[in-house]
Order: sequence, then structure tokens, then C-alpha cells
Amino acid sequence: MIWNELLIRYGEMSLKGRNRKVFIQKLTANIKQILHDLQSVKLKAERDRMFLYATSDDLEQAIERLSDVAGIQSFSPIAKCESTVEAIQQTALAIFETEDTEEKTFKVEVRRTDKSFPLVTGELQREIGGTILKAHSNLSVNVKKPDILLHIDIRNDGSFLSSKVYKGAGGMPVGSNGKSLLMLSGGIDSPVAGYLMMKRGVTIEAIHFASPPFTSEQAQEKVIELGRQISAYGGKIKLHIIPFTDIQQAIVKQVPENVSITSTRRIMMRIADQLRNEIGALAIVTGESLGQVASQTLESFTAINAVTSTPILRPLIATDKLEIIQIAKKIGTYETSIQPFEDCCTVFTPSSPKTKPRLEKVEFYESFIGFEPMIMEAIQNRTIIDCFIEEKTDEFSDLL
Amino acid sequence: MMIYLDNSATTIPDAEVLETFTRANLEYYANPASLHQAGNQAERLLESARKQIAALAGDSEGTVIFTSGGTEANNLAIIGYARSLKHRGNHIITTEIEHDSVRNACLHLETEGFEIDFLSVNEAGEVSPEELRQKIRKETILVSVMHVNNEIGTVQPIEACSKVVRDHSRAIFHSDCVQSLGKISLPYPEWVDAVTLSAHKIHGLKGTGCLLTKKFKEPEAISFGGGQEHGYRSGTVNTPGAASFAKAIRKVLEGNDVTKYQRWNRRLRKMMESEKLVRICSPAEGSPHIFTIAFKGITGEVAVNYFQQRGIMVSTSSACSSKANKVSHVIQAIHLPDDYRKGVIRISFGKKNIDDEIEILAQVIQEFLKTIKKGMKQHDME
Repeated sequence: MIWNELLIRYGEMSLKGRNRKVFIQKLTANIKQILHDLQSVKLKAERDRMFLYATSDDLEQAIERLSDVAGIQSFSPIAKCESTVEAIQQTALAIFETEDTEEKTFKVEVRRTDKSFPLVTGELQREIGGTILKAHSNLSVNVKKPDILLHIDIRNDGSFLSSKVYKGAGGMPVGSNGKSLLMLSGGIDSPVAGYLMMKRGVTIEAIHFASPPFTSEQAQEKVIELGRQISAYGGKIKLHIIPFTDIQQAIVKQVPENVSITSTRRIMMRIADQLRNEIGALAIVTGESLGQVASQTLESFTAINAVTSTPILRPLIATDKLEIIQIAKKIGTYETSIQPFEDCCTVFTPSSPKTKPRLEKVEFYESFIGFEPMIMEAIQNRTIIDCFIEEKTDEFSDLL
Repeated sequence: MMIYLDNSATTIPDAEVLETFTRANLEYYANPASLHQAGNQAERLLESARKQIAALAGDSEGTVIFTSGGTEANNLAIIGYARSLKHRGNHIITTEIEHDSVRNACLHLETEGFEIDFLSVNEAGEVSPEELRQKIRKETILVSVMHVNNEIGTVQPIEACSKVVRDHSRAIFHSDCVQSLGKISLPYPEWVDAVTLSAHKIHGLKGTGCLLTKKFKEPEAISFGGGQEHGYRSGTVNTPGAASFAKAIRKVLEGNDVTKYQRWNRRLRKMMESEKLVRICSPAEGSPHIFTIAFKGITGEVAVNYFQQRGIMVSTSSACSSKANKVSHVIQAIHLPDDYRKGVIRISFGKKNIDDEIEILAQVIQEFLKTIKKGMKQHDME
């Protein structure tokens, strides 16, 4: 590989004022975590951009992973060479070897900080442009809207060439906007909701309800896998798995079938809220989208929300299923989500749940059960798993 | 000691590939379509194998349809594409020197109302892109040109053919790459839409192969059942076979030393160039692992027997049809002179072969030539 380093451009945090330093620190930490296994990686953060130095193998890996990191607008690999016309010519040619030049246009752009360089900007532009044209007859020059823009930066410590711009995930670095608790079910929506919040800089921990023996090990594995997948966008995700069987059975026994789903959601919310308090998160994130199922109507939200005054963030509230699926496919969670395992919501689904549950009635039914000790117990007996993209070792690597 | 030089017929399985197959059979024998955990694990193994094959072929997005081998994959491609595209036309173009699994699938399609054009080849076994261009019509829905010929090693001008196909039709371009995999780089995904691959020609196991196609360019199914392989090929999937296939491809791409085949090919070619009793059928630009020659006035079978008595296994032109004792369609197509046609033998190298074996082969060929010369009249030798 010809590249020696990466130039990383910040996302919207470059627009921020006094907090920028904190944001940059967060981003640096997140990048370090995502690339933690690449020994040679070194980062140098500047006010308006960051540089990443590494061996060429590691650099290649870094290019692959960085496009997922929230807070990065874009990044470009850079080739460094001596500040002589010959060296720059050769490096430029090597760069164009990696480009698809069929029927393309290009432009050479020069920034000459090192004023001792013998050619002035225009001269060098013509010189390098000519060299490239000679080698690639299928290219033509277009100074207004080139397909390939070769940027040459002549600095005191050498010359730096780049032509490619890779898009990052944009947004704010994860961790710059506080922490929230994501209700992660295993379906298509909740990982997408988590991802969208992470893109806004929110650190995520996740809560999942399991009802063994009605829900299987695989259902749990699937949720852990989803946690790993979204952790690619900003680092480790702590997943809290709550044993929910006893509570669910108590609800089924006591609460009439058509509002049992409302009660279930209310108790889940109560558990989530207590856990949120324990871990110091500020809000609860769900993948709910208006009208998708019976528990996602405004009447249901009213009944469910009544258990807490904590902000409940529903980033998908106004999106439709197809839009959600599109994002799920883009972030790579879709295939995992559609694996067919029962989760605790589907096991006890009533045949015709009320779409307009009445709060007073639900409260009345619940009043016969002492939920509080059960909730405490469930939280105490939770399993905590750290989901991190690198932890998933390729289980078949020795076999294949 | 046996010297095995029939690697285009099949190869000895690589020990690690066999190990993968055994372990996968013992540990992941569950049906990948089953819902339980064991089935789920088998499915993950199957999907990892699929991903690995697609990635090694340079198209991570591509669709890998596992089959029982090259023949089934070729059948699936020819018949599946023809049927799925028949609303656009009924014309198929292939070559005179395809493997029987393409050729006979095409001949079968004639009985279903499809029209087949067979491209002729020159003495080196090459088709001409110019002829392809002339034969393409607006009804052409499928073009199938093999990458490396299994009998004489000719490498077809796939790139040039591809340009013709793309410029003049909307046809699917399929290529049987069973012989080229691991020896020369595949024309997929750059030049063709789908390729047939087989494991046992690259030190993998018999009974495993695949059709690899670009996404959204899959053929219609030709076998019907439980809808496995996304419906393209029903039947409980051979997960251990798929895993061993992925391993075999990785190993052959990582560590196959093709330069030694080139060296041996040049060595034998040089030795026999001036020999009047021998015609070299394999073109010098062909795939180096196949070296096919024809002896004048004797049958290939006699030669195979003679070599075998000295511990060397070679085959008459194609192992698949060699027992039928007729001149193969490939040998007919390259217009080998009549008195050489029956005397064809194919020497094909594999990764286990070593220099010494090729030296012994060279000596035995010389001996054989001396022996047959003794029994010949003077004018036969000219």
C-alpha cells in the first residue's frame, strides 16, 4: 500500500465552541477503542482535524473500520514523499494506479506551505497534471468538477498527497451527549433506535428481558450479537439481561388478557427506569414507532409512560417500517434481527390486545400484585454482558 | 510408488481439507435448516463457508449456490438461466469444446425449444470473439464459454468475449471455471456474471461444488423441494462439504505454486516439439497444469497402459469420456490430423507432484517413443 497516514475530518463537532476539546477527546478515545488491536496505530488530534499513523496493514484495517465511527465526517489516506518534483511525480502516479481512471476527469490541487520549493503552485500543478495525463490517456482534466481530486500539500517536513475521501458516520462522537438506557428486544427496530442515538453522541447501555425457559439461549445470543453489531459505532455496550419469567407469569395470571401487554410494558418500563437510575443514565431509548403494534399507540404510550417521568426517547416514532429496515440493513443488524426466535414479548402475546387501554383500569388490575419486590429481585439477578465488536472471535477460523 | 499425473480428472484431498470435513461432520452434523441450537451452529458454519468463498472470489456480495459438484452447477446455470430468461428469447451460445455437463444440458434444451449455437475453435482450441459477435442476436439470453478447457488446457479470451456480450446483448455470461480455479485468476466478477466451481479439482472433496453468481443474477431452480439455498437448490445442504470446499479454495489460492507447472510444461514441450510421432495439443499459452499430446498411429489407451506399467497415471483426453473409446468432441473440434486423433493422452499436474516425478515421466515418454518406433514402418514415422 502506498499510504502512510490518514487525515480524519471531524463531523459537526467542528462547529462547536468551548466543548470542542471534550468532543475531540471522546472521539480520540472511541477511535482508540475501535482500533485497539492494531498495535501500530498512533493518533494526533488537532483543533480541526486528526491524523492517524500506522503500518500499511493496520492502516488498511483502520480505513475499513473508521467509516462506522460517529463523529467522523470523512477521512482520507495520505501518501508522504520527499519534496522533490520527481518524488511527487512518482507518488502521484502510484496513487493513480489505485484509481479507476476509465473515462474519468481529474484535477491537481497544490498547497505550498514550504516556500523554498523550487516550483510555484501553478508550475507544479501543470508538471504533475502532465505526468498523469501521459500515463493515463483515458483521463482528462476538469478543474471545475473533477471525479478525482489529487491534493498535494508541500510542507516543511515533506510532501503529502491524497486523492480519496471516505465518508464517516457523521454526527457527534459517542459519549459527548450523556448516557441512556436502550430497551433492546431483538427485533429490527430497537438496534436502529440505539444506533441513531449513538450517532447523536449518546452513550448506550442496553436492557433486555428474558423469559427462560420460554425464550431460548439463541434468542439471548441474538441480542448479544445485536449489541456487538451496534457497538461498532462507538465502542463497548453494556447489556443487562433481566430474568422476567416470574413477573410475566404473574401478569398473565392476574391481568385480563387484552391489557396484559400494556401491563407487561409498564413493568418493563419500571424495571428499566430503576436500572437507569442505578447506572446513572438520563433517559430511556426505545425502538417504538407510532401505530406499529397495539402497544405503540398514543393511548398505550399514555398508559405505559405513566410509570415514570424520565424522558423516554423514541427516535423511530415517525418512521415507517421500510425506512427502519433500510437503516437496519445499512448498519448490518437486519440479518441478525430477522432470525426467528421467540422473545418474551411474543411468547405471551394475547390474541387481541387493546389498542386503547385505559390507564385507570390497568392500574386497578395491577394493584392486586406486589410488583415492587419482584422488580427488585429481577434487577438484582440480572446478567451483565459487555458487547464489543472485537470480542466475537471467528468461531470457525480454524475450520475454514 | 505411484506417480499421479491425472489431476485434471481429480486430485488427492488436502489433509487439512479432509480434517475440516471430518470435524464438521462430527461436530456440526445438524441440519442447518433446523431451528434448534445445533442447527443454528451448522447454519452459521455454512454461512461462514459461503461468505469465505464469495470473498475469495472477489465478490462478497455474490451468491454462492452449493451443489453436488461442477456438473450440477453447470446444469443449473445452463438450464436455470435459459428457463428464467425465456421471456426474453430462446437463443443460447456456447462453444464446441465445453464439458459434457454444459454441452448436454444445451442439447437437452433444444428439445425444449431453445436454439443453440456452438462457437467453433481454432487449432489451439480458442473461440473467436468475432464469431461470437456474429452469432449474437436479439433473442440471445445466455452465453456460456468455459475458462480453461479440461482436455487441452486452452484459456479462452473471456475478457474479449465479455465485451462482445455486453456491447451487443443483455445475455447472462456464464463460465465454467472448474479447471481454472487455483491456476489462473478467475474472470469473475469483472467479466462474467456466473461461474461454476468444483472442489475435487483443487484438492478438495468430491461431491462439492457451487455456482457463484452476481447478486440478483441468480438462475431459476431446476430441482424442487424444501427451498434450501434460498430456493435455488433444494435438498439438505452438505454443510461439512461446504466447509471443506471453503477451506480447499483458501488453501489453493494461498499456497498453490503455479510456476512449477509452467516449468514442467515448458520442459516437456521442449522435449517433444521436434518429435515427429507426437503432436502437442495444448497451446503454449494454455493453463500450464494441463499438457496434452497425441501419438501418431497408436491409441491413447496403449499409451496409458504403458505409462501405468511404470507407475505413472495419465489419462486419455478426458477422464469422464475416456472409457467410451471414441474421439472426444474437443479433439474433433481442434481438427487434429486423423492419424493422431486416437492417440491422445493428457498429463495434468497437481500440487503434490515434484520435479523428480516429471523427470521420470520424461524418461518413460522417451522409452515409449523408442518402443513404438520399433514396430513402425519407416514412412509412418515421417
